[in-house]
Amino acid sequence: MPLDLTLASRNLFHDRLRFIATTVGIVFSVVLVMVQMGLYLGFGQMVTKMIDHASTDLWVVRKGTNCFEDPSLLDATDQKAILKVAGIASATPLVIGFADWRLPSGELTPVFVVGSDLANGSLQPWNIVAGSLRSLSAHDAVAVDRTYDKRLGISGIGAKAEIRGRAVHVAALTDGIRSFTTTPYVFVDLKFARGYTGAPRDKASYFLVNLKPDADVAAVRRDLLANISGVEVLTSAQFRDRSREFWLFGTGAGAALFAGALLGVIVGTVIVAQTLYSSTKDHLDEFATLRAMGSSNRYVYRVIIYQALINAAVGFCFAALIGFAVVAITTKSALPVVITPALMAAVFGLTVAMCIGSALVAILGVVRIDPVMVFTR
Amino acid sequence: MTEAIIEAKNVSKNLGSGAGQVTALKDVNLSLRGGELTMLMGPSGSGKTTLLSVLGCMLAPTSGMVQVCGISSEGANVEQLATLRREHVGFVFQQYHLFPTLTAAENVQLALDLRGERGTKAKSRSFDALAKLGLAQKILSYPRELSGGEQQRVAIARAIVSDPSAILADEPTAALDGVNGQAIMRILASIAKASGRGVLVVTHDSRLTSFANRIIYIEDGRLVGEEIVNAGTPKLLTAASGR
Repeated sequence: MPLDLTLASRNLFHDRLRFIATTVGIVFSVVLVMVQMGLYLGFGQMVTKMIDHASTDLWVVRKGTNCFEDPSLLDATDQKAILKVAGIASATPLVIGFADWRLPSGELTPVFVVGSDLANGSLQPWNIVAGSLRSLSAHDAVAVDRTYDKRLGISGIGAKAEIRGRAVHVAALTDGIRSFTTTPYVFVDLKFARGYTGAPRDKASYFLVNLKPDADVAAVRRDLLANISGVEVLTSAQFRDRSREFWLFGTGAGAALFAGALLGVIVGTVIVAQTLYSSTKDHLDEFATLRAMGSSNRYVYRVIIYQALINAAVGFCFAALIGFAVVAITTKSALPVVITPALMAAVFGLTVAMCIGSALVAILGVVRIDPVMVFTR
Repeated sequence: MTEAIIEAKNVSKNLGSGAGQVTALKDVNLSLRGGELTMLMGPSGSGKTTLLSVLGCMLAPTSGMVQVCGISSEGANVEQLATLRREHVGFVFQQYHLFPTLTAAENVQLALDLRGERGTKAKSRSFDALAKLGLAQKILSYPRELSGGEQQRVAIARAIVSDPSAILADEPTAALDGVNGQAIMRILASIAKASGRGVLVVTHDSRLTSFANRIIYIEDGRLVGEEIVNAGTPKLLTAASGR
């Protein structure tokens, strides 16, 4: 190990209490940043869960639709106009909407109904752990997620309830289809969906369009817009981006998460700067001795920056462990924390930048150190 | 006459500013010669440490010139002065100023590390320097595990390991008892004699004068006398000091 690194690490570990305090500060800061950004990613994934699981090439949506949960409706007759466009293989209506679910006890709780053509396969419930997809085609059959058992007052397959006064029975149970709004998703066959959501018979929320293999996406989109008024045609990626932008920035949720992350960076920077500065002040005699011995300023700065980097590395390692634990704990929650390798790398970079930035404060403390002070101490 | 390692010509140094400014050195002329142990003596506040700082290129003179191994420090910036110190001067301090978190060997090796000398060769040189000072068994000891005399010997090893031309020692025995003080002075005298380095020792302990080849007296920032030990009687530096 280079001697300057040895000196840096020994000085750092020499005062264990201060080192622990610094590490705790960095861990707190990095975990805060990591969790906030993990929530941001998790939120981003949650708000597009339905879009991600729909197997479609294009979404035909009412003009101005911001997100999947948007209540705007299209004319069902548009389906015919869509199918007339060259290059389109299928156009499947999707009906969504909020509804009241009446528990056997008589209590009401809101649910979000997703009515799709289950035979077509454009948007089906996934992770079915009990019952079957086929059983959903039966009259009054619904699929719900088992994490909402208590909320919906159900005890498993065959449980009965009401949606908008219509009797339903649970024909399938899924696992992990959680809603970030905490309103449970209820999957039903398209045939019965309008009855549950109250949508008129001649309306649909979306059309999920699949293209023929050789279709030109741009040309199809252009023709659709030319033939149908009041709609937008989005790819899944575009709809996903729009939904994320709406929920994360249109509602201020994303800004709040970023503000939390920024707070973490500020707290971390202040803590590391303060402890590195006081550590440097405590070792001022040693830095003065180095200067008296003829060390360059760069050598002194290197020792301080090594200290900052060691702080960053140790703090980050602990924070990463906590981050992984948080990910594991929240995986099945309504809002899971998602930590991707890219986020991990970015947070590590941020930690290093934060610690080196903090070291600059300490460096300012020694930049004009007078080597003559070694004679007076 | 041996060659001058450090030479001060008409050096004056003002410290402080405004009404609080004091002239710490006044028109000092001095040569530190190789192979000699020169002792700088004077009462407290006479300017001994300031002169040592100027000769060691830690302080730039207000006027006059200092040459180290023929290189003038005139107009040198802070980093250039540091380079002069690193290349040509070794320091020994009253309070040793060892790094408490480094072992004896690492403390010595640090002087080489500053010069960019690393690896096993540097390690071996630091071990050799400690061995020469009788500390072969203490290379892995931390300063807190060493006696005052041993710590000062580590500091001397650190000062000589990079083979500088001059060793400047500020009250190197002040923190030691008489026996250890004598031992340290013997080491410094032998360094001057055996290696041809110029050694300057600042002290006010008159019991140590027997180790000096030359004694220079300073008062109120002026050199007031010089004594060549065993070679004559003290003479006043009337002309040389500009008085």
